[in-house]
Amino acid sequence: MKNRIIKVDQLARVEGEGAVFIKITDGKVVDTKFRIYEPPRFFEAFLRGRKYSEAPDITARICGICPVAYQMSSINAMEDAFGVEVNGQLRELRRLLYCGEWIESHVLHIYMLHAPDFLGYEDALLLAKDKPELVKNALQMKKIGNDIMILIGGREIHPINVKVGGFYRVPAKSDLLPLVDRLKWGRDMAIETAKLVKTLEFPEMETDYEFVSLRSPDEYPIIGGRFVSTRGLDIAIREYEFHFEERHVPHSNALHSVEKGQGAYQVGPLARFNLNFDRLSPLAQQVARDIGYVPPVKNPFKSIVVRAIETVYAYDEALRIIGQYEQPGSPSVPVEVQAGIGFGASEAPRGTLYHRYRLNDEGLITDAKIVPPTAQNQPTIEADMRKFVTAHIDMDREQLTWRVEQAIRNYDPCISCATHFVKIEWT
Amino acid sequence: MPAKKPKIAVFKFASCDGCQLSLLDAEDELLAVAGAVDIANFPEASRRILKGPYEIGLVEGSITTPHDVERVREIRKSCRVLITIGACATAGGIQALRNWKDVKEFTRLVYASPEHISTLDRSMPVGSYVHVDFELRGCPINKHQLLEVLNAFLNKRKPNVPTHSVCIECKLRGTVCVMVSKQIPCLGPVTQVGCGAICPTYDRGCYGCFGPMENPNPAALSKQLIAVGETRHDIMLLFRGFNAYAEAFRKESEANEK
Repeated sequence: MKNRIIKVDQLARVEGEGAVFIKITDGKVVDTKFRIYEPPRFFEAFLRGRKYSEAPDITARICGICPVAYQMSSINAMEDAFGVEVNGQLRELRRLLYCGEWIESHVLHIYMLHAPDFLGYEDALLLAKDKPELVKNALQMKKIGNDIMILIGGREIHPINVKVGGFYRVPAKSDLLPLVDRLKWGRDMAIETAKLVKTLEFPEMETDYEFVSLRSPDEYPIIGGRFVSTRGLDIAIREYEFHFEERHVPHSNALHSVEKGQGAYQVGPLARFNLNFDRLSPLAQQVARDIGYVPPVKNPFKSIVVRAIETVYAYDEALRIIGQYEQPGSPSVPVEVQAGIGFGASEAPRGTLYHRYRLNDEGLITDAKIVPPTAQNQPTIEADMRKFVTAHIDMDREQLTWRVEQAIRNYDPCISCATHFVKIEWT
Repeated sequence: MPAKKPKIAVFKFASCDGCQLSLLDAEDELLAVAGAVDIANFPEASRRILKGPYEIGLVEGSITTPHDVERVREIRKSCRVLITIGACATAGGIQALRNWKDVKEFTRLVYASPEHISTLDRSMPVGSYVHVDFELRGCPINKHQLLEVLNAFLNKRKPNVPTHSVCIECKLRGTVCVMVSKQIPCLGPVTQVGCGAICPTYDRGCYGCFGPMENPNPAALSKQLIAVGETRHDIMLLFRGFNAYAEAFRKESEANEK
């Protein structure tokens, strides 16, 4: 079987519509494509003419799985344009809301989307037939993340309470306290999760990736910071486009991001972990050490373990924020509209999300650019596929197809996010 | 042998995935649902795809390409009951904002592939192309309403999904009217309930996630919006949101467009 074509017409257990195409000729991999065919929705085009204040709610609709990431990156960009800083308890509340999204998204991915691959199940519902307690607990862990978003954001998908300058309404401390015992339970379960997923069987595959993430002086990156990389990059968010560019490739409805003069890079849990291990809470660091995970982790299949460590961190960080919380006097800081350009970035569960807006003096958007994590990871995903198939070229077709799917799911790709940025091209 | 469980399928068109995620977000009910029906085709959750026909098809997303049109017609044939979920599938979604943009650029597009323009140029609801048995509103949908609708169709009864305005919900919750007390512009008087009137509860105005209520009067609301200090341009933008192409909102946004 020297010549083979491996095709997956609709990749499952990811958000959105993608396909896989691999061509093997004379025992060599000659073509690998992770094709994104989901039709583009042209967000960047129709944001033009909308108010700055509408960007958080409109861009949230790019992705139902990580709406908070879109809200946070867009408000960061708007606040940058207006020269406004949101600090103190308002910033802590934003972090808490974002922890809710990390918990919800990471637990969903670990148990519902990724673990079934390692355990040989086609989905988590089939897994639940054999291990009902495992899946029931996972759903409750996930629910805690959603409940944080409901409490602070108003609802779990497309929260309504986020605005440029802060929030519409802020909770009282007594509103947050009922979460504490459940968060502690969730944190314990996340530690168990880390111990459990560490025992999964990982294909041997290590690559010397360039990892890119945000980094801040005194916290694990969630909102803001500077872009850093394992090859020494250290730039302000506003310098992003000097160093990275997007390219349009014919086989995909999503743009591919590359670092200028360098090529493919990786964002997401592995990148954050490898670049910011020292910024994890003492507990999360201890859990990681106990299971033998310290940077650098270069096997993408092990991202499931790093996601579990980050989940421990997200529960721990949520507890820290609630513990020190005092209700701020005002739900937002005043914003003075002015013409300008603003840059924002935050760490979506699946990687760094960059936004840039140009505004006129009425606060209307005249130009928008959004670079989602999956667009940034796409060249790396294809390189992984190539590497994996080359190393396992004799594996039977069904197994190989499933493993390649798993290799893509390592990145928790959000295809809905990745497709909304192609400009209309008529030929 | 146990009785055969009804097959449910989930299909996606142009959308954010949030509405189908609502099913996975029903953490307390998901395993019970999976026990009562056969989730036969749900790619976001499973690589196992069983062939149709299906008892119920849930369709998320709007129709934006010629291929989508063919696909949704095939899907209709394979589902005994077809339910659209969310603002994209029921009204064209936020991506329907291009329905206005491209009209302005029409001359440029005439020189492209004219046979495709009519469909590529518009983001349309599923109901524009095939018969839909029930349209579940929301951006995103309310997961409890989704479970109610599934339950109703599986038990062959009418779904209990209210069609009155968000205003009624605010009264029921005891939320003070944000437009009357704080002059905050609000679409609540013309928007269908379903979210639980969360925005006014959080001191902001409703922005219309669930689309027009039954028999709305948007023109009357526009007068009130002017009275609280909104410009016609503001009003146009307010109606032109996540349900922009729903008829009542579309007409009112156009009436306020200079």
